[in-house]
Amino acid sequence: MSVTEKRNVVHSTFCIERSYDASPERVFQAFAHLESKAKWFAGPEAWVAHEREFDFRVGGREILSGGPKGKPPHTFAAQYFDIVPNQRIVYAYDMFVGERKLSVSLATIELVAQGKGTRLIMTEQGAFLDGVEDGRQREAGTKELLEKLGRSL
Amino acid sequence: MLNQSGALDQVFQALADPTRRWMVERLSRGPASVSELAEPLTMSLPAVVQHLQVLEASGLVRSEKQGRVRTCRMQAEGLRTAEHWINQRRDAWERRLDRLGEFLAETEPPPKKKSRKK
Repeated sequence: MSVTEKRNVVHSTFCIERSYDASPERVFQAFAHLESKAKWFAGPEAWVAHEREFDFRVGGREILSGGPKGKPPHTFAAQYFDIVPNQRIVYAYDMFVGERKLSVSLATIELVAQGKGTRLIMTEQGAFLDGVEDGRQREAGTKELLEKLGRSL
Repeated sequence: MLNQSGALDQVFQALADPTRRWMVERLSRGPASVSELAEPLTMSLPAVVQHLQVLEASGLVRSEKQGRVRTCRMQAEGLRTAEHWINQRRDAWERRLDRLGEFLAETEPPPKKKSRKK
Protein backbone atom coordinates (compact mmCIF):
# COMPACT_ATOMS: atom_id res chain seq x y z
CA MET A 1 0.00 0.00 0.00
CA SER A 2 1.35 3.43 -0.85
CA VAL A 3 1.25 6.24 1.68
CA THR A 4 -1.18 8.35 -0.35
CA GLU A 5 -3.87 5.68 -0.13
CA LYS A 6 -3.99 5.96 3.64
CA ARG A 7 -5.23 9.56 3.64
CA ASN A 8 -8.91 9.97 4.22
CA VAL A 9 -11.42 12.09 6.08
CA VAL A 10 -14.84 11.17 7.36
CA HIS A 11 -17.17 13.94 8.53
CA SER A 12 -19.70 13.29 11.21
CA THR A 13 -22.10 15.16 13.41
CA PHE A 14 -23.66 13.88 16.59
CA CYS A 15 -25.86 15.42 19.20
CA ILE A 16 -26.41 14.39 22.82
CA GLU A 17 -29.06 15.82 25.12
CA ARG A 18 -29.31 15.62 28.88
CA SER A 19 -31.65 17.12 31.45
CA TYR A 20 -30.26 18.08 34.85
CA ASP A 21 -31.99 19.08 38.07
CA ALA A 22 -29.72 22.09 38.33
CA SER A 23 -30.04 25.66 37.16
CA PRO A 24 -28.29 26.77 33.93
CA GLU A 25 -26.03 28.85 36.19
CA ARG A 26 -24.80 25.78 38.05
CA VAL A 27 -24.34 23.76 34.86
CA PHE A 28 -22.43 26.63 33.29
CA GLN A 29 -20.18 26.89 36.37
CA ALA A 30 -19.28 23.22 35.93
CA PHE A 31 -17.79 24.13 32.54
CA ALA A 32 -16.32 27.47 33.56
CA HIS A 33 -14.12 26.54 36.55
CA LEU A 34 -11.19 24.18 36.50
CA GLU A 35 -11.91 22.60 39.90
CA SER A 36 -15.51 21.85 38.95
CA LYS A 37 -14.71 20.68 35.44
CA ALA A 38 -12.00 18.34 36.71
CA LYS A 39 -14.70 16.47 38.67
CA TRP A 40 -16.41 15.25 35.52
CA PHE A 41 -14.26 16.04 32.46
CA ALA A 42 -11.25 13.75 32.72
CA GLY A 43 -9.74 10.59 31.34
CA PRO A 44 -10.11 7.22 33.08
CA GLU A 45 -8.89 7.24 36.69
CA ALA A 46 -6.02 4.87 35.97
CA TRP A 47 -4.54 7.32 33.44
CA VAL A 48 -1.47 9.38 34.16
CA ALA A 49 -1.92 13.14 33.68
CA HIS A 50 0.61 14.83 31.41
CA GLU A 51 -0.55 18.35 30.78
CA ARG A 52 -3.38 20.63 31.86
CA GLU A 53 -4.18 24.15 30.73
CA PHE A 54 -7.45 25.91 31.35
CA ASP A 55 -8.20 29.42 30.15
CA PHE A 56 -11.97 29.73 29.94
CA ARG A 57 -12.56 32.86 27.87
CA VAL A 58 -13.08 33.61 24.19
CA GLY A 59 -9.72 32.98 22.51
CA GLY A 60 -8.48 31.02 25.55
CA ARG A 61 -7.02 27.52 25.32
CA GLU A 62 -7.77 24.34 27.16
CA ILE A 63 -5.46 21.34 27.07
CA LEU A 64 -6.00 17.99 28.75
CA SER A 65 -3.38 15.36 28.11
CA GLY A 66 -2.99 11.99 29.73
CA GLY A 67 -2.94 8.28 29.05
CA PRO A 68 -2.28 4.79 30.29
CA LYS A 69 1.10 4.48 31.99
CA GLY A 70 3.90 3.99 29.45
CA LYS A 71 1.56 4.56 26.48
CA PRO A 72 1.31 7.62 24.20
CA PRO A 73 -0.91 10.28 25.79
CA HIS A 74 -4.34 11.20 24.51
CA THR A 75 -4.38 14.97 24.07
CA PHE A 76 -7.42 17.22 23.84
CA ALA A 77 -6.48 20.76 22.78
CA ALA A 78 -9.27 23.29 22.50
CA GLN A 79 -9.82 26.96 21.86
CA TYR A 80 -12.96 28.76 22.98
CA PHE A 81 -14.74 30.75 20.29
CA ASP A 82 -17.99 31.81 21.89
CA ILE A 83 -19.09 32.00 25.50
CA VAL A 84 -22.49 33.32 26.57
CA PRO A 85 -22.72 32.82 30.34
CA ASN A 86 -25.39 30.28 31.36
CA GLN A 87 -26.45 29.78 27.74
CA ARG A 88 -23.78 28.71 25.28
CA ILE A 89 -20.20 27.56 24.86
CA VAL A 90 -18.56 26.96 21.48
CA TYR A 91 -15.06 25.61 21.10
CA ALA A 92 -12.95 23.91 18.47
CA TYR A 93 -10.56 21.14 19.40
CA ASP A 94 -8.24 18.54 18.04
CA MET A 95 -7.48 15.12 19.47
CA PHE A 96 -4.13 13.40 19.32
CA VAL A 97 -2.85 10.03 20.42
CA GLY A 98 0.88 10.57 20.74
CA GLU A 99 1.87 12.52 17.62
CA ARG A 100 -1.00 11.23 15.55
CA LYS A 101 -3.90 13.60 14.94
CA LEU A 102 -7.21 11.75 15.06
CA SER A 103 -9.75 14.49 14.54
CA VAL A 104 -10.56 18.16 14.42
CA SER A 105 -13.97 19.12 15.80
CA LEU A 106 -16.33 21.92 16.62
CA ALA A 107 -18.28 21.43 19.85
CA THR A 108 -21.32 23.47 20.85
CA ILE A 109 -22.87 23.27 24.31
CA GLU A 110 -26.30 24.88 24.64
CA LEU A 111 -28.01 25.32 28.00
CA VAL A 112 -31.75 25.84 28.04
CA ALA A 113 -33.68 26.54 31.25
CA GLN A 114 -36.31 23.88 31.78
CA GLY A 115 -38.47 24.53 34.84
CA LYS A 116 -35.98 24.62 37.70
CA GLY A 117 -33.56 22.50 35.75
CA THR A 118 -31.53 22.65 32.56
CA ARG A 119 -31.58 20.91 29.24
CA LEU A 120 -28.08 20.54 27.86
CA ILE A 121 -27.60 20.01 24.13
CA MET A 122 -24.12 19.01 23.05
CA THR A 123 -23.38 18.95 19.32
CA GLU A 124 -20.12 17.82 17.84
CA GLN A 125 -19.20 18.30 14.19
CA GLY A 126 -15.98 16.55 13.40
CA ALA A 127 -13.50 15.71 10.67
CA PHE A 128 -12.03 12.30 11.52
CA LEU A 129 -8.65 11.91 9.88
CA ASP A 130 -6.75 9.07 8.27
CA GLY A 131 -8.28 5.94 9.67
CA VAL A 132 -5.46 3.50 9.07
CA GLU A 133 -5.41 -0.17 9.97
CA ASP A 134 -3.05 -2.97 9.14
CA GLY A 135 -4.15 -5.81 6.90
CA ARG A 136 -5.07 -8.18 9.71
CA GLN A 137 -7.37 -5.66 11.32
CA ARG A 138 -8.84 -5.01 7.91
CA GLU A 139 -9.61 -8.68 7.40
CA ALA A 140 -11.14 -8.93 10.87
CA GLY A 141 -13.06 -5.75 10.10
CA THR A 142 -14.38 -7.19 6.87
CA LYS A 143 -15.60 -10.30 8.66
CA GLU A 144 -17.26 -8.10 11.24
CA LEU A 145 -18.93 -6.11 8.50
CA LEU A 146 -20.22 -9.26 6.84
CA GLU A 147 -21.58 -10.53 10.14
CA LYS A 148 -23.24 -7.17 10.70
CA LEU A 149 -24.78 -7.49 7.26
CA GLY A 150 -25.94 -11.03 8.05
CA ARG A 151 -27.73 -9.80 11.15
CA SER A 152 -29.36 -6.94 9.29
CA LEU A 153 -30.87 -9.14 6.55
CA MET B 1 -23.59 8.56 12.56
CA LEU B 2 -26.22 10.54 10.72
CA ASN B 3 -23.92 11.61 7.91
CA GLN B 4 -22.63 8.12 7.46
CA SER B 5 -25.86 6.20 7.17
CA GLY B 6 -26.05 6.87 3.42
CA ALA B 7 -22.60 5.44 2.95
CA LEU B 8 -23.49 2.42 5.11
CA ASP B 9 -26.64 1.81 3.06
CA GLN B 10 -24.51 1.67 -0.06
CA VAL B 11 -22.10 -0.71 1.63
CA PHE B 12 -24.91 -3.02 2.70
CA GLN B 13 -26.46 -2.93 -0.78
CA ALA B 14 -23.11 -3.76 -2.31
CA LEU B 15 -22.72 -6.70 0.06
CA ALA B 16 -26.24 -8.02 -0.46
CA ASP B 17 -25.00 -10.03 -3.46
CA PRO B 18 -23.12 -13.33 -2.88
CA THR B 19 -20.68 -12.74 -5.77
CA ARG B 20 -19.74 -9.35 -4.39
CA ARG B 21 -19.38 -10.80 -0.88
CA TRP B 22 -17.01 -13.37 -2.28
CA MET B 23 -15.02 -10.58 -4.01
CA VAL B 24 -14.80 -8.63 -0.76
CA GLU B 25 -13.63 -11.70 1.15
CA ARG B 26 -11.04 -12.37 -1.53
CA LEU B 27 -9.81 -8.73 -1.52
CA SER B 28 -9.70 -8.56 2.27
CA ARG B 29 -6.83 -11.08 2.00
CA GLY B 30 -4.95 -8.83 -0.43
CA PRO B 31 -5.19 -7.00 -3.79
CA ALA B 32 -6.05 -8.91 -6.95
CA SER B 33 -6.32 -8.16 -10.66
CA VAL B 34 -9.71 -8.21 -12.36
CA SER B 35 -8.81 -11.41 -14.22
CA GLU B 36 -7.67 -13.08 -10.98
CA LEU B 37 -11.02 -12.17 -9.45
CA ALA B 38 -12.92 -13.38 -12.50
CA GLU B 39 -11.07 -16.67 -12.83
CA PRO B 40 -12.91 -18.77 -10.21
CA LEU B 41 -16.26 -17.20 -11.12
CA THR B 42 -18.53 -18.74 -13.72
CA MET B 43 -19.58 -15.51 -15.35
CA SER B 44 -18.53 -13.21 -18.17
CA LEU B 45 -15.85 -10.60 -17.62
CA PRO B 46 -18.29 -7.73 -18.24
CA ALA B 47 -20.51 -9.16 -15.46
CA VAL B 48 -17.52 -9.28 -13.11
CA VAL B 49 -16.65 -5.68 -14.01
CA GLN B 50 -20.23 -4.64 -13.26
CA HIS B 51 -20.06 -6.18 -9.79
CA LEU B 52 -16.75 -4.42 -9.20
CA GLN B 53 -18.31 -1.12 -10.20
CA VAL B 54 -20.98 -1.55 -7.52
CA LEU B 55 -18.28 -2.30 -4.94
CA GLU B 56 -16.28 0.73 -6.05
CA ALA B 57 -19.31 3.00 -5.85
CA SER B 58 -19.90 1.84 -2.28
CA GLY B 59 -16.35 2.80 -1.33
CA LEU B 60 -15.49 -0.75 -0.27
CA VAL B 61 -13.12 -1.38 -3.15
CA ARG B 62 -10.91 0.77 -5.31
CA SER B 63 -9.11 -0.18 -8.49
CA GLU B 64 -6.14 1.14 -10.36
CA LYS B 65 -5.00 0.47 -13.90
CA GLN B 66 -1.33 -0.06 -14.52
CA GLY B 67 -0.54 -0.90 -18.12
CA ARG B 68 -3.09 -3.51 -19.13
CA VAL B 69 -3.77 -4.80 -15.65
CA ARG B 70 -6.47 -3.38 -13.39
CA THR B 71 -5.75 -4.13 -9.74
CA CYS B 72 -8.49 -4.09 -7.10
CA ARG B 73 -8.07 -3.62 -3.37
CA MET B 74 -10.14 -3.10 -0.23
CA GLN B 75 -10.74 0.46 0.77
CA ALA B 76 -13.41 0.48 3.50
CA GLU B 77 -11.07 0.64 6.48
CA GLY B 78 -11.17 4.42 6.59
CA LEU B 79 -14.92 4.50 6.95
CA ARG B 80 -14.91 1.73 9.52
CA THR B 81 -12.12 3.17 11.63
CA ALA B 82 -13.68 6.59 11.57
CA GLU B 83 -17.00 5.07 12.58
CA HIS B 84 -15.23 3.39 15.49
CA TRP B 85 -13.66 6.67 16.61
CA ILE B 86 -16.89 8.56 16.28
CA ASN B 87 -18.66 5.94 18.41
CA GLN B 88 -15.89 6.15 20.98
CA ARG B 89 -16.13 9.92 21.04
CA ARG B 90 -19.86 9.76 21.48
CA ASP B 91 -19.52 7.19 24.28
CA ALA B 92 -16.92 9.37 25.99
CA TRP B 93 -19.31 12.30 25.92
CA GLU B 94 -22.18 10.20 27.23
CA ARG B 95 -20.03 9.14 30.19
CA ARG B 96 -18.81 12.68 30.86
CA LEU B 97 -22.29 14.15 30.82
CA ASP B 98 -23.44 11.40 33.20
CA ARG B 99 -20.57 12.34 35.52
CA LEU B 100 -21.55 15.99 35.19
CA GLY B 101 -25.04 15.00 36.35
CA GLU B 102 -23.59 13.14 39.36
CA PHE B 103 -21.37 16.10 40.15
CA LEU B 104 -24.32 18.50 39.99
CA ALA B 105 -26.37 16.22 42.25
CA GLU B 106 -23.54 15.91 44.78
CA THR B 107 -22.92 19.64 44.91
CA GLU B 108 -26.54 20.64 45.10
CA PRO B 109 -26.55 23.83 47.14
CA PRO B 110 -27.81 23.71 50.75
CA PRO B 111 -30.32 24.45 52.70
CA LYS B 112 -28.08 22.19 54.80
CA LYS B 113 -24.87 20.42 54.08
CA LYS B 114 -25.67 17.13 52.42
CA SER B 115 -23.89 13.90 53.16
CA ARG B 116 -22.25 12.70 49.98
CA LYS B 117 -22.79 9.21 48.79
CA LYS B 118 -19.96 7.68 46.87
